[in-house]
Amino acid sequence: MKILTTVRRVPDLDARFSLNGDKTEIDTEALDHKVNYFDEVAVEEAIRLKEKGVADEIVSVCIGSGNATKELRTALAMGADRAILVEADEKTLDPYLVAAILAKLVEKEQPDLIIMGKLGVDFENTQVPQLLAGMLGWPQATFAYSTEICDSKVTVGREVDGGTSTFRLPLPAIVTADLRLNEPRFPSLPGIMKAKRKPLDTMTIEDLGVALEPRVKTVRFEMPPEREAGVIVADVAELIQKLRDEVKAI
Amino acid sequence: MSNVLVIAEHEHGHLRKVNWSVLSFAKKAAAITGGEVIVALLGAGLGDAAKQVAQFDVAKVIVVDDSTLENYLTGEFASAVAGVAENADARIVCTVASLRGKDFMPRVAVKLEAGMISDVMDVMEEDDELLFKRPVWSGKLTEVLQATTDIICATVRHTEFDAMEPTGAGAEIEAGSPDIEGDGAEFVSFDAIISERPELSDANVIIAGGRGMKSREGFAQLEAFADLFGGAVGATRAAVDSGMCPNDWQIGQTGKVVAPDLYFAIAISGAIQHLAGMKGSKTIIAINKDPEAPIFQVADYGLVGDAFKILPELHAAVKAAKG
Ligand SMILES: Cc1cc2nc3c(=O)[nH]c(=O)nc-3n(C[C@H](O)[C@H](O)[C@H](O)COP(=O)(O)OP(=O)(O)OC[C@H]3O[C@@H](n4cnc5c(N)ncnc54)[C@H](O)[C@@H]3O)c2cc1C
Ligand SMILES: Nc1ncnc2c1ncn2[C@@H]1O[C@H](COP(=O)(O)O)[C@@H](O)[C@H]1O
Repeated sequence: MKILTTVRRVPDLDARFSLNGDKTEIDTEALDHKVNYFDEVAVEEAIRLKEKGVADEIVSVCIGSGNATKELRTALAMGADRAILVEADEKTLDPYLVAAILAKLVEKEQPDLIIMGKLGVDFENTQVPQLLAGMLGWPQATFAYSTEICDSKVTVGREVDGGTSTFRLPLPAIVTADLRLNEPRFPSLPGIMKAKRKPLDTMTIEDLGVALEPRVKTVRFEMPPEREAGVIVADVAELIQKLRDEVKAI
Repeated sequence: MSNVLVIAEHEHGHLRKVNWSVLSFAKKAAAITGGEVIVALLGAGLGDAAKQVAQFDVAKVIVVDDSTLENYLTGEFASAVAGVAENADARIVCTVASLRGKDFMPRVAVKLEAGMISDVMDVMEEDDELLFKRPVWSGKLTEVLQATTDIICATVRHTEFDAMEPTGAGAEIEAGSPDIEGDGAEFVSFDAIISERPELSDANVIIAGGRGMKSREGFAQLEAFADLFGGAVGATRAAVDSGMCPNDWQIGQTGKVVAPDLYFAIAISGAIQHLAGMKGSKTIIAINKDPEAPIFQVADYGLVGDAFKILPELHAAVKAAKG
């Protein structure tokens, strides 16, 4: 069984950042980047399925800048077998285009299972996997906290509003990883050494024949209103007085 | 194409309050597109729910009552929604930005060849363009966007819109029967977390605890305190992961987004992933023993000290004040 995992390269969101002159772009050049956390969880899940003998090949794919070879090497160092980078200027992509590019790659690679992160922590669109499933006509199970493969079906425990739910999907299918699916491993030193020799192919959007026509465009970014700094109260008595007189909560 | 179609969220016919905030978004959007607000209810056994929705000031309620929709499955639900949207003259198809909304709406967008915008916090018109706002970068930035498509699918952050009040209008109820097509996925089970307390998304007061609460017993103190306000209890990821409370209590990027009138953050450091889920609260009160904790930067009132000393005193004082 072949598993495709997707890897989004995301900037450090805790760092200071700035916007360009007309506020249409976030200046991310100078920021540290890493693998989107939920994609690490996805890669980890694929590796565990391989370790159980359920899967035999793991391919990790990223659509992004040339620098994303670093993030793909992380996936390889964790245990993916092969990586593909589709070079693109991320600022020209919307979730629909990312999904359309992935759909072309799926046609080429013919995976049995695609494991993706539930969201990219930078833009939190929570869309690419579902869009991809829709384009391919494949079943999906989002927000997975458990997976089990048996008889060409994957049974997925899902975090849903007000509880949990279980879906069973025939393969091929798409699963998205939630926080509690697993605890991703740190790449080992031998893993890092091995990753340097694992194949990493690069291609362009043109190679895949996808037209760059996004369905959603960024008009600009704005700073949300800041919360005004509050006050530090001395003790419970003062807090109670504020709750009563200012907040009128008691 | 100018109508705004709202897909109302319900669990076996029990409508969630968050729908009424989505209706306020829809009204605002329809005032710009020049269309009407239509609500669609999809599921099985929806008679009472339809009557309840018809009490709101909307043009029409479309009910798709079909046994294949009894238990939520993405493929079936998305195909039914797309079918309804095709006949509703919809410019915008929206639902609440819940886990379910996020699960199916992109699939609807694929079927309708629509642009898809998640977590909408506002809608507006500028130079004849329909624009949307959404939070990005863990809430540190707001993105203003625009779709290039005729139809737009959206999930809406209910915390950004006041709930619409019913007017008793008695909107027209119409039956819909779209083609419903699955993708092979099977429903196995749904396990509800039953709680006596209000749902986090609906609560006016939330008492949230972090890793510093140390144990289940620590959380029991928060629960008792929450009961004084008829409030809900929330938690950080750290508290959930160390087994102090259920997953369902998590607030933040991977949990719930809440905006109660009053939010107590107790022994919570204030990581951006947590702030992303509660920064919209009206009044935030932080209790933390570390005066440098980032939570104090968003708190209206901060109290520095040991939660285990402060809580009993606070509990007693609130109880006394409430009589
Ligand atoms: C991809 C990703 C997604 C995430 N999503 C979420 C999310 O949705 N929600 C979320 O909450 N987190 C999330 N996190 C985790 C987040 O980064 C923080 O690790 C987490 O919020 C910290 O929880 P905490 O404040 O309880 O713990 P800590 O950061 O450990 O803080 C504990 C605080 O308690 C205080 N304290 C300790 N003892 C006492 C005492 N006796 N009295 C008073 N104060 C005391 C300490 O001073 C400290 O400030 C996510 C992380 C990642 C990587
Ligand atoms: N540029 C990208 N390259 C590869 N995978 C991506 C990319 N963007 C998003 N994804 C995948 O889609 C998931 C959801 O992302 P999003 O819909 O952007 O929140 C991520 O966890 C990734 O697995």
